[in-house]
This record gives sequence, C-alpha cells and structure tokens, in this order.
Amino acid sequence: MSEAQLRRTSLYERHLELGARIVPFAGWEMPVQYTGIVDEHQAVRTAAGLFDVSHMGELRLSGEYAPYVVDYVVTNDAKKLADGQAMYTCACNERGTILDDLIVYRRTQDDWLIVCNASNREKMVAHFARAAKDHCSFEDQSDATALIALQGPRSFEVLAGAGTEGAPLSALKSFHFRDARIAGVRCTPSRTGYTGEDGVEIFCAWEDAPTLWGALIEAGRPLGLRPVGLGARDTLRLEARLSLYGNDIDETTNPIEAGLGWVVKVEKGDFIGRAALMEIKGRPLPRKLVGFEMTGRGVARHGYPLRDGSDPTSREVGVCTSGSPAPTVGKNIGLGYLPTAMADIRRKFFVDCRGKFVEAAVVATPFYKRAK
Amino acid sequence: MTEKLPADLRYTKDHEWARPGAGEIVVGITSFAVEQLGDVTLVNLDVKAGDVVVAGKAFGTIESVKTLSDLYAPVSGKVLRVNGDLTDKPELVNEDCYGKAWMVAIAPSDPKAVEALLDAPAYGEYLKAAAH
Repeated sequence: MSEAQLRRTSLYERHLELGARIVPFAGWEMPVQYTGIVDEHQAVRTAAGLFDVSHMGELRLSGEYAPYVVDYVVTNDAKKLADGQAMYTCACNERGTILDDLIVYRRTQDDWLIVCNASNREKMVAHFARAAKDHCSFEDQSDATALIALQGPRSFEVLAGAGTEGAPLSALKSFHFRDARIAGVRCTPSRTGYTGEDGVEIFCAWEDAPTLWGALIEAGRPLGLRPVGLGARDTLRLEARLSLYGNDIDETTNPIEAGLGWVVKVEKGDFIGRAALMEIKGRPLPRKLVGFEMTGRGVARHGYPLRDGSDPTSREVGVCTSGSPAPTVGKNIGLGYLPTAMADIRRKFFVDCRGKFVEAAVVATPFYKRAK
Repeated sequence: MTEKLPADLRYTKDHEWARPGAGEIVVGITSFAVEQLGDVTLVNLDVKAGDVVVAGKAFGTIESVKTLSDLYAPVSGKVLRVNGDLTDKPELVNEDCYGKAWMVAIAPSDPKAVEALLDAPAYGEYLKAAAH
C-alpha cells in the first residue's frame, strides 16, 4: 500500500508531539513506540499506559432483529449478554475458520456495537452488512468513532484525576461498559483491554479524542502513565496470551485449535460455521496453538518453522505465529502450532531461527497473569 | 541523530561503523541503527578469532524486542577479536554503541578498503536523504 493511501487518527498530531515513531499498520499511520518498547511495557505493568486504538472498526447493528443477527454471525452466545455487557468472540466462516475476533457490546436489546480489527474492517463490514440485510439496520461507525485504551494498575486513579461524573468507573465490572463523561468529554468506557492488566477502553467521538487523550496524559503524568505504541501493545498481549489476528489466528485456523474453544458455543443454536465446528470438536485435534519459551539462545519470530529435532534430518512439525522477548516474564517467548502429540507442557522442540535450530519448550499460558 | 557521529569513524549504508587502528578495523553499529532497533536483547556474533569475513556479508545478528537484523562486515579480512561481553550484556549496544558495544576487530585484507567507506559528513548526508 502506498503511503498516500495511509490514514491518520485524530490523535496523530498528539503522537508526534509526544515523540512517537510512526509506522504503517493496517492502512494507518500509527505510533509504534514513544519512549521505547520496554519502558512503555513496564509502565503498563506497574502504573498505566495510554493507547490510541482508533484505527479499529466499530460496527453498529440496531433494530428488533439485531440480537439474532449478531448471534448468528458470532460463535459465542450473545443471548447471554445483559444491557451494558460485552463479550469476546470469534466470527467464523462456514468452514469454521476465523474471519475475525471481536468484542460484542450490547447497549440494549436492539442496539449492538461490534469492535473488529482494523485489518479486517472491510471484510467484516461486508460480512455483517450481508447478515443484517432485510433484518436490521447496519452502520459502519468507524470513521466517527475514536478508541483510547487506558491500561494498568493505576488506570482508575488516572480517570479520577481527569475528572469523571457520577459513580466511579472502578465500579464497572469486567466486560461491562456505560456512558460517561471524562474530563468533560462524552464517552463510553468499557472495562476491557488487550494487555493482561486492569483498565478501560474508551469510545468517544472522533473529534473529541484529542481533548480526552490530553486530559488523560496530564492526569497520568504524576502517576507514571506513558503513551504506549503498537510495539509494547504486542509484547503485553503476547505475555497475556491474547491472540493477534493475522499472526496467531486467521482464515486458515479454527478457534478450537487456537485455544479459543471457550468462545464457541455449539449448543446455543445455529450460527455461521456451527456444523464445521461441531465436526472439528468431534474429532481428535491434529494441532494446537501452544505457548513456548526459548531454552536456547534465540528469539522466535512470526513465521519461523518449528522442528522436532536439532539435526538436519529432523522434521518440520509446525510454525511460530508470534514471538518476542517478554519484558515482564524475562524470557524469549512465543506461540505456535504444534501437532497435538507434541503439545504437552515441558515438551522440547526446536525453532528454526533462520537456519539455526534453537531449543524451546512448551509452557503453560498465560505467560503472565496479574496479581488480583 | 547525525550531530553525534564521531568524526574518526567510517560508516556503511547498512549503519555499521568502522574504526581504523593499527593493523585492524574495529566494527560496531551506529546510533541511528540502535535507534531503529530499540531495546536490544540479543547479539549473536557468528564468527570467532581466525574466521574470515567478507565485506557486505553477515557476521552475526542482532535482536531487539521488535525485530532481528543482520550485522554486515564493512571490510573483508580475518577476525582478530570478538566482543564476548555482548553475549551477556546486549544492553551495552543501547548504552554505548561507539564504545563498549564494539562487535568485532578485523585485520583487513586490503588496508585501503576502509577509506572507501563513508566518512562522517557523507554518512550524515545519507541519513538526511534517507529521512525524506
């Protein structure tokens, strides 16, 4: 994609002021880092971090039949949601492989918001629009909607400092949301995230994002808050074993082998991909997405082959889907698909790091879990 | 970033530096390269004393949190020493890329080869041009 076609969020100028390095990502010019990936990563684990994720897609379905349309498209059971509640889910195709991973928000019985990955926006707009046709209203609200994530143990102190109206947002339960005003800006904070830390993701109008962002940066400064780019977003989510679409999951993988069977509710009634997923669940799984740590010297990266031995006659048995040094864990970690027979904890295998076969071992995930 | 380029070094377009000395060229990576890499977590020098390196060919790799890069020999020759400190202290690259984080010392097969590399002003111009 040429640079002329890249888009900017309403926070682009703020990122430059904060010294961000900008990179192209999913058609957008986004900050990859400000002060450094490790510094930003540690700030989120120990204090707070602020992320611009306005590039993500926001789709709205409304009308009497909206809940049925949503429930037919996603694999998780949307009927279980109450007003003001959200859930993580996959949307699959008829083959049971993953079109996208999403968060579904039920505002009311007939008003639903879907957040999809930026890289999948056009695909998911078409997919939901097709499902909604003749049944309920559909609107792509992505261009009008900004999304700011505030993550880390001091997030709610930052929010209090920025000034919120009404009940403290710390009263929000996990995967719940409500309308609010933060620093005078009308917005919708949701107690969700992509870092393994507590915090909120805040929707607001595209043009209001700079005001909200500025207020949170100011309120957070004395508390150790940092702006955080895509680089640390990736290390944080990997330590928490949260899937990244395009890396760990895509249209060649199904939720069961990806460890996302918990969002597939085949008993809930019909939905797209149900028959295929029932069949997948009824058979032994050929492969599984596992977490591993490097026991030899090397860093596994996306796309590196996994092997069952270190000699040239060993077999290629899988592929690394994500890999990186993990700042909090203090090891080089990764995710990858291995044959089920090799997926047991402590199982040794080798990562082909550009021709160097480096030893690794399957470990339990998440790699990092915050103290409650 | 260009104002800090040591004047006594020569540079490559792959962002290595070369320090000419008595019968040897000491090699490392530039502050620009370090800035691009971010936090360095692993330095793999795939050569030992006595090995032959070829100009433009990789003698090792460097890993940061985000990415992996090759390390290219600026000149051909025989490796005299490698910096073993980097094995356990890759962070030296972030702290002191022109000093403690030197990588290899090479006895050049052609003593004049280093003069063909960019000098500090020329490398500075190259960085400026690359930024646009």
